Amino acid sequence: MNFYEVHNANVHRAVHTLSQEATDLHEKAREKIAEFINAKDETEIVFVRGTTEAVNLVAYSWGLFNLKKGDEVVVSLMEHHSNIVPWEIISKINGFTIKYTGVKDDGTLDYEDFEKKISNKTKLVSLNHVSNVSGVINDIKRLAKIAHDHGSLMFVDGAQSVPHMPVDVGDLDVDFLAFSGHKMLGPTGIGALYGKKHFLDAMNPFQGGGEMIRNVAFSQKTEQVDIDWNDPPWKFEAGTPNICGSIALMEAINYLERIGMPEILKHEKMLTEYATKTMQNCCTKLVLYGTKDHLLKCGIMPFGISGFSSHDIALLLDNYGIMIRSGFHCAQPLHKIFQLPSSARASFYIYNTREEIDRFIEVLKEIECL
Amino acid sequence: MVTVEDYVARIEETCGEEKGAIVTLKYNKKDEAIAKILKKAKLKKSFSGIIFELNFQGISFRIFSSGKAIFKGVKTKESLRDVLAALLL
Repeated sequence: MNFYEVHNANVHRAVHTLSQEATDLHEKAREKIAEFINAKDETEIVFVRGTTEAVNLVAYSWGLFNLKKGDEVVVSLMEHHSNIVPWEIISKINGFTIKYTGVKDDGTLDYEDFEKKISNKTKLVSLNHVSNVSGVINDIKRLAKIAHDHGSLMFVDGAQSVPHMPVDVGDLDVDFLAFSGHKMLGPTGIGALYGKKHFLDAMNPFQGGGEMIRNVAFSQKTEQVDIDWNDPPWKFEAGTPNICGSIALMEAINYLERIGMPEILKHEKMLTEYATKTMQNCCTKLVLYGTKDHLLKCGIMPFGISGFSSHDIALLLDNYGIMIRSGFHCAQPLHKIFQLPSSARASFYIYNTREEIDRFIEVLKEIECL
Repeated sequence: MVTVEDYVARIEETCGEEKGAIVTLKYNKKDEAIAKILKKAKLKKSFSGIIFELNFQGISFRIFSSGKAIFKGVKTKESLRDVLAALLL
């Protein structure tokens, strides 16, 4: 796609050819995303910068106007900070309570505790589909059913699931789901929020500006402005959007679909099983954190080597051209449960191979011997 | 006049409970900077010439041959800059 060379213009703003071409591509990207996650309609897809912005959008546009003192929001201790902090900010304004579902020692969600935490006071359940630290996959269909049975809405952070497995919002029956382009071969600064149409219709805008309004009428008589919001999803897309980003995300999805999401999941399961087995037996000083059951998780391997901080491990691996993350991974509460000051985290995607895992293990052995 | 910035590309706080900072040396100056640091700091341990565990003015740190260093227990960026100035200038 050569957008900047031959189609570059703003969308929804002009009648000229380039703008029409840009608009067509941008809206085609929305349709592609809707189809990819099986949304009913492309108007259920809001373009955002990424998952974090999507959580904030729902927190400010829905939470700020619908959550009040006495209400409860249920999250979990395995959430990324971006699915904790926005709710905490809004709760400080509106005075509702946030309940934290516990996590078991192996990093899996404590479903019994979830059922204890949820009640008729719960107005929203906001959980990740896959933990960005442990790779644990949550049974969202089951959790959404429990949430709905209590009259609550269900928000899902799909940042770690949508890129790695088939995700069907209709089948999961979730009310909102968010994901980021940069985790699925797309560029940074683009992502999507799925929201059921009737919720998006009822929600207030997130930011003000161009495109999100239909009419700004100044009355000479009252000297006031009367504003009509645009329809969703444009109501939530103030200002010039990341047009090239949306088109690039569409191309990334086209690429993933050519491989097939079930195939991608299968490949990652194979790598996860292989890495779990080999890492467990490779070094005496290496500890794998979280569940070792590859069926319960995605291709994320949190680990540590005694005598080395996670940053030491990451810098050492970097010397060999192996790049992993180190630190809290924006999930401090989960590290508290694991009683870890931080963790090293290797992760896999479609481009990784068993041979790369073998090389990774070789280097880990060398590190252990240092 | 030579400054710390001539050798250091970036200083970033580490994420995690073990509060520290990662110093990334400028690529074209890293060998010179590492040589200077090894001359001034006390070598506690060398791991196969890839990592050097050092101590300087009571602050322990590890420097990697790739040109990155982890300083532990440094309270502020300013105090780390003072340590780097003493090591590099």
